[in-house]
Amino acid sequence: MEWNELLIRYGELSLKGRNRNTFVRRLKKNIQLAMRDLPTVRLRAERDRMFLQASDNADMKKAIERLPFIFGIQSFSPVAKCQADLEAIKEKTLDVMGSIETAGKTFKVEIKRSDKTFPLVTGELQQEIGGHVLRHFPELGVKMKKPDIQLLVDIRKDGAFLTAMTYKGAGGMPVGSNGHSLLMLSGGIDSPVAGYLMMKRGVSLDAIHFASPPFTSEMAKKKVMDLADRLGSFGAHVRLHIIPFTELQQAIVKQVPNNLSMTTTRRIMLEIADKVREEIGAMGIVTGESLGQVASQTLDSMTAINAVTATPVLRPLIASDKLEIIDLAQQIGTYDISIRPFEDCCTIFTPSNPKTKPRLEKVTHYESYFDFSPLIEEAVAKRAVMDEMSTPQNEFDDLL
Amino acid sequence: MVYFDNSATTRPDEEVLTSFVETNRRFFANPASIHGKGREAETLLDRSRDQIRSLLGSQDGEVIFTSGGTEANNLAIIGFAYAHRSRGSHIITTSIEHPSVLHACDFLERNGFEVDYLSVDADGRISLDELEKLLRKDTTVVSIMHVNNEIGTIQPIEQAVEIVHRHSRAVFHSDCVQSFGKLPVLLSDKGPDAITVSAHKINGLKNSGILAMKKGMTPTPINFGGGQEKGVRSGTVSVPNAVAVAKAMRLSAVDREQETYRLWKNRLIQYVNQYEGVQVISPQFGAPHILSLAFSKIKGEVAVNYFQEHGIFLSTSSACSSKSSNAGHVIEAIHLDHDFKFGVVRISFGKDNTEEDIKKFEDVFSGFMNLLGRDLN
Repeated sequence: MEWNELLIRYGELSLKGRNRNTFVRRLKKNIQLAMRDLPTVRLRAERDRMFLQASDNADMKKAIERLPFIFGIQSFSPVAKCQADLEAIKEKTLDVMGSIETAGKTFKVEIKRSDKTFPLVTGELQQEIGGHVLRHFPELGVKMKKPDIQLLVDIRKDGAFLTAMTYKGAGGMPVGSNGHSLLMLSGGIDSPVAGYLMMKRGVSLDAIHFASPPFTSEMAKKKVMDLADRLGSFGAHVRLHIIPFTELQQAIVKQVPNNLSMTTTRRIMLEIADKVREEIGAMGIVTGESLGQVASQTLDSMTAINAVTATPVLRPLIASDKLEIIDLAQQIGTYDISIRPFEDCCTIFTPSNPKTKPRLEKVTHYESYFDFSPLIEEAVAKRAVMDEMSTPQNEFDDLL
Repeated sequence: MVYFDNSATTRPDEEVLTSFVETNRRFFANPASIHGKGREAETLLDRSRDQIRSLLGSQDGEVIFTSGGTEANNLAIIGFAYAHRSRGSHIITTSIEHPSVLHACDFLERNGFEVDYLSVDADGRISLDELEKLLRKDTTVVSIMHVNNEIGTIQPIEQAVEIVHRHSRAVFHSDCVQSFGKLPVLLSDKGPDAITVSAHKINGLKNSGILAMKKGMTPTPINFGGGQEKGVRSGTVSVPNAVAVAKAMRLSAVDREQETYRLWKNRLIQYVNQYEGVQVISPQFGAPHILSLAFSKIKGEVAVNYFQEHGIFLSTSSACSSKSSNAGHVIEAIHLDHDFKFGVVRISFGKDNTEEDIKKFEDVFSGFMNLLGRDLN
């Protein structure tokens, strides 16, 4: 079946009064970004819906595969176009119905006769088309209220437009319509999910990751890059900042007693994240913390760690159970990346018995014996920024 | 030379050969190594797997690279039989499977499993009623080939899957070695749970194939070692072979020759039906690329020899069994007349064949009929 266009319905954003235009523009940009490698895709935004056209059927197929992941879309429907002529409409109807599962389903025909000069009136059209479909798909039942398949025929001056199925969109708001934040991306299961949830609410993201080579490997870094890429598929590219963290970690281990070193590590990470956030002009910092999950995620720990900044630290998973987080990670395709077995900097320097109730004044006391700030400045300055969109490995293309 | 033995094996595609050699040159590292070279090889391996998944219409399915169709069939049947042994030990297959399925079933029978073999009609088709009757609570594996390698029968896989899934929790495996690239083969909801594909039947390389399964399925391994391929198939994974399989599958998936094969097949059926003492045994609605004929009162071998002298390469039923002297299990299963039983030859089309080849076959065929003194009907 070759579709002529996709009708895209907006999500929550259609409620947003005067900001609507901004939202629509943002959504259009995000869809364009997701389709950037499909040369024949064209978008046309209207007030309450958008149309995606692709002259190449392969591009259209890919567009249908990708749209369900883009935030800000409530649903979308493939549309087939034909001449506004009864015989042509009947023929096209069979194509459309033939492309969907009809066994045991109920359907109804709905006519929108925008072109009032069309020779048949709505009731006649409904009968003609409905009868024609039933003759060819005798297994279909007819139902007027809540049918499984609603065949909509819109007759306009420039042709007849047919839709029969609606795909669910990802909901949420277009990424970027609600500001920009910095995600602390460890490589574990939680942080990508936290990023996903913020993106769903329209927040675009940069991500920050701490690497401690040679204690952490290139593969751990690759894993985080893959996670950032995966997040990027939900609407907007996620730029990744990789902080060289080895020297700082060694300094912390030397200066701070074992059971508090974790708290200091987190404080310094947050401080670095805050500096990067300021440089890139982001508003908040997003973490995957979930209350009580590990020693650094108790309320006492969070108090001690959060003391380094007044920037809002957004913790969308704070009240989620681990199993709920894992479920979501699997749904969004980050789980399989997260469980690749590489050491990250959190696991290597973790003391055996970190304090679950660190006291802020004790932590600051130990930290006061050493000036971490030059190392912090250096780490921020020497960070690597992965700014490219995921480069599909072209060197493999000719092989496959 | 006219090569009509494409169901035995095919000539590797030049592009596949190039990919194989290039991958050996550039990405020879072990994909399990943790250094950069290993990572690179692993990424390429993942890409190959993804490509195969998408060709099979299953983004999240499992793909295990094997040494070919035989290993993949062994792994599916023995592996799933053992994986689900706590649930039962009953297996169903057909009497016309490839030996790699039948002998795996023999092995299971010797080890305490019970195997039922579906009979087939004269066209080589199973009966769905019989399948439904044989299914039991403790049936754990059902293996039904998609297209028969000797006569080209297409089994009603979708209906069989539906019956098996409705009445049991058995894993449905299908040997798709002869069908991939010729008919749609998908790991869809309505399709089999596991399928076997072999590369050398689709202009790929020998000694490579896959067992593809729906998400999360794991057969018990039948070989032991370093736990590669999620522990299911140990042994260093050959990235070049994996790449070559993915490429051959991609190239054959866009193979649009099927309509041509069907026309050729129908044309030859009409042609040979003019003569006495020869019978078409491939079902009319069988696979488009396989045409099996049986000559009365002569051995298939004689025909193979005659055609070879005239530059046409055919085989007697299947290449695997053509050296033995009995009629073969498929020919026995379809109860072919005794006069015709030993005179079976198989013509199988491939990408290299042309219209002229068909014409040439007709000419040589009529010469052969003259030699045997058989007249037009």
